[in-house]
Amino acid sequence: MTRRILGPLGRVEGDLTLTLELQDGKVAAAEATSGLFRGFERILVGRQAMDALAIVPRICGICSVSQSVAAARALAQLYNVTPPANGERVTNLIHAVENVADHLSHFYLFFMPDFARDAYAGHGWHADIRARFKAVEGSAHAPMLAARATLMRFMGTLAGHWPHTMVIQPGGVSRTVSAAERVRLGQWLAAFRRFLEQHTYGVPLPEVAAWDSPAALADYAGRQPQADLARFLQLADSLNLAALGRCDAPLIAGPSYLEGEGSNAWSPAGVWLQGKTDVLDTAQIREHSRHAWLVDYGPTHPFDDDTLPVPDKTDAYSWSKAPRLAGQPAQTGAIARALLRRDRLTTTLVQAQGSSVYTRVLARVREMALLVLQMQAWLAGIELGAPFQTALPAHPLYARGEGLTEAARGMLGHWVTLDGSRIQRYQIIAPTTWNFSPRDSDGQPGPLEAALLGTVADDAQALAVQHIVRSFDPCQVCTVQ
Amino acid sequence: MTSKTLVWLQSGGCGGCTLSALCAESPDFFTALADSGIRLAYHPSLTEASGDEVAPLLAGLAADGIDILCLEGSVMLGADGRFHISGSEHQPYYQQIAALAARARYVVAVGTCAAYGGITAAGDNLTGATGLAWQGNQPGGLLGSGFAGSSGLPVVNISGCPTHPGWVLETLALLAADALAASDLDPLGRPRFYADKLVHHGCDKNEFYEFKASAEAPGQQGCLMEFVGCKGTQAHADCNIRPWNGEGSCLTGGYPCINCTAPDFADPGHAFFDTPKIAGFPVGLPTDMPKAWFVALSTLSKSATPTRVKVNATQDRITMPPSLPKKNTP
Repeated sequence: MTRRILGPLGRVEGDLTLTLELQDGKVAAAEATSGLFRGFERILVGRQAMDALAIVPRICGICSVSQSVAAARALAQLYNVTPPANGERVTNLIHAVENVADHLSHFYLFFMPDFARDAYAGHGWHADIRARFKAVEGSAHAPMLAARATLMRFMGTLAGHWPHTMVIQPGGVSRTVSAAERVRLGQWLAAFRRFLEQHTYGVPLPEVAAWDSPAALADYAGRQPQADLARFLQLADSLNLAALGRCDAPLIAGPSYLEGEGSNAWSPAGVWLQGKTDVLDTAQIREHSRHAWLVDYGPTHPFDDDTLPVPDKTDAYSWSKAPRLAGQPAQTGAIARALLRRDRLTTTLVQAQGSSVYTRVLARVREMALLVLQMQAWLAGIELGAPFQTALPAHPLYARGEGLTEAARGMLGHWVTLDGSRIQRYQIIAPTTWNFSPRDSDGQPGPLEAALLGTVADDAQALAVQHIVRSFDPCQVCTVQ
Repeated sequence: MTSKTLVWLQSGGCGGCTLSALCAESPDFFTALADSGIRLAYHPSLTEASGDEVAPLLAGLAADGIDILCLEGSVMLGADGRFHISGSEHQPYYQQIAALAARARYVVAVGTCAAYGGITAAGDNLTGATGLAWQGNQPGGLLGSGFAGSSGLPVVNISGCPTHPGWVLETLALLAADALAASDLDPLGRPRFYADKLVHHGCDKNEFYEFKASAEAPGQQGCLMEFVGCKGTQAHADCNIRPWNGEGSCLTGGYPCINCTAPDFADPGHAFFDTPKIAGFPVGLPTDMPKAWFVALSTLSKSATPTRVKVNATQDRITMPPSLPKKNTP
């Protein structure tokens, strides 16, 4: 048995270190260490409730809008307001732009460059992948960034800038949209759509959305081998990524985009386990700090938990807490959203091979097509003459608010308790807090730690380990805050 | 011309300054660096090296001398550096930053966190977060007030939360050409090409400001200074001259400037969406104008506010357009 610490893992957001025990060429135990603690939950305490809108986006530069959306939803409960339909549509557009940009950056900048490494030089696809995806230098990156910047113009127009906007308010958005602005937004979205259709998928978006079986996907990959997604499908087949990094934890999602009176039409909240869906009961969430460098209050609901650092705590190995749903670890991400949306392709694949490197990455890349189509509908649906926000009462009416949403990486929750109009307690559970949690009070490993077990790895540096890590697209700065 | 090496480190921050830089347009971030003669030798989110490969890569770069070292995020000095540990021995990250800074020709703090501590140092700053060469508005920080890169230039503070892609890419291009001098930095170490401007300059709410026609809540057209906490008249940055993501700024988004290029912006001493006042006048008036004059002028201009400006100020869109000159009125 050898024990190795591997870090820092590159091309993830924030700092991640793994401790691996290898035995007989396989991973026998894994510990995920989130190495950075800033203490945002403490920075929020004592401030006015609305100050959360200035503080929380700055938790994360990549999921900034998701943090704003979660805070705004919690504040909407505290102030007892509901955004008008335009407020929801514009929030949805801003949020979807961030999530699509995240998927795009993850695929092109974080995940694919690993397959351009010299270690894969023996494969027939390597020269092509290397030319297209090599880190920093690959031919895909500059055009991708140009397309991404065009999409991000939505943020300039609708959100002032990105990241760290304050346009998303409990009662809607602090921005209206004119007819001429909608024309511009539509042109930029069309330009971005053309990039996806020409380079990422090689086929029209409705075709991507319509794939309903592995056979349809295989047929596509055969017809459009030069599309970037097809290139991934080909190497995934060659390396059998479907068998890599399997994770059997329940899949969870929060409410994503809202449409009409707060309903959640695009992808519903819920829990998916082995083909069965269940409602998401957030009262069943507990945070465990047994193995975190934090005071351990025992399993505690986020409305009642606290975050007090203990840097010298022994037997701890991460700044991250371990959230559990009804006592169980849970995984979250685009794959969970697709399952809860009852997407046929995803359901078939996951029932056959589970949540794996292949299914997690495919779900992310494909979600861009679905979202861009939906964004065009949201944009068209804006009622130009109608209000974009509802005025807030002078003071909060309630003392507790829960704000849930879906970041690109999965479920994000904010739990806020007020003392008068000031924040008394603010607890955050981010997607990667679920996916990359350390062990809990019962010694159960987190989803990544479990997914790494049994991975064939002659060395801790093995690329298989890194593919598994990056298939979850960890956001470490959100994980701990 | 041999290219200049750029090493980019991330510590106690959010990664948002990198993500903002990736929004650069015409050209994109990678192309802009290459065109400025800069080779991105290491960036944790972008380069191929990972895990075991990182330490030797950085050691090799340090041995050769680094042309430009960027840090994004605060330096975490609390608890002997335990609030940010990294690498195969869980080392405190500040040690890595200090070691590489000692081998750099230019050292750049990207964002308010790396410059002054920023939001990570807000509140009671339990984690001992600080800037590279400043702790809040005082020289010091990790490297100390006397620090200079081997070029002789002190740490360049590209403050902002986040930074504009243009601030970063233009600073790096100037450094790569040895074309940024100490006299090009303001007293807080910020490049004067953007820090000698105020957010107020070019604000599309200027007519409302002139007549003190104020918004009462975010999203209304009027000036956000009197009631909604806007600090655009004090904030050093060119946000309304150099738009963000195509055509934006905080003000065009309908929400106040919170002076995010200033060292202490995260602890304003009042709610971000409120303007503290004494005797009915905002406490934070423009810094280089006698208060009595401001009071006199604003009282006068308020009495002369056109109806159009007054009405539009509290609406979420223009409801009363400017009138036409009489000779053009049909």
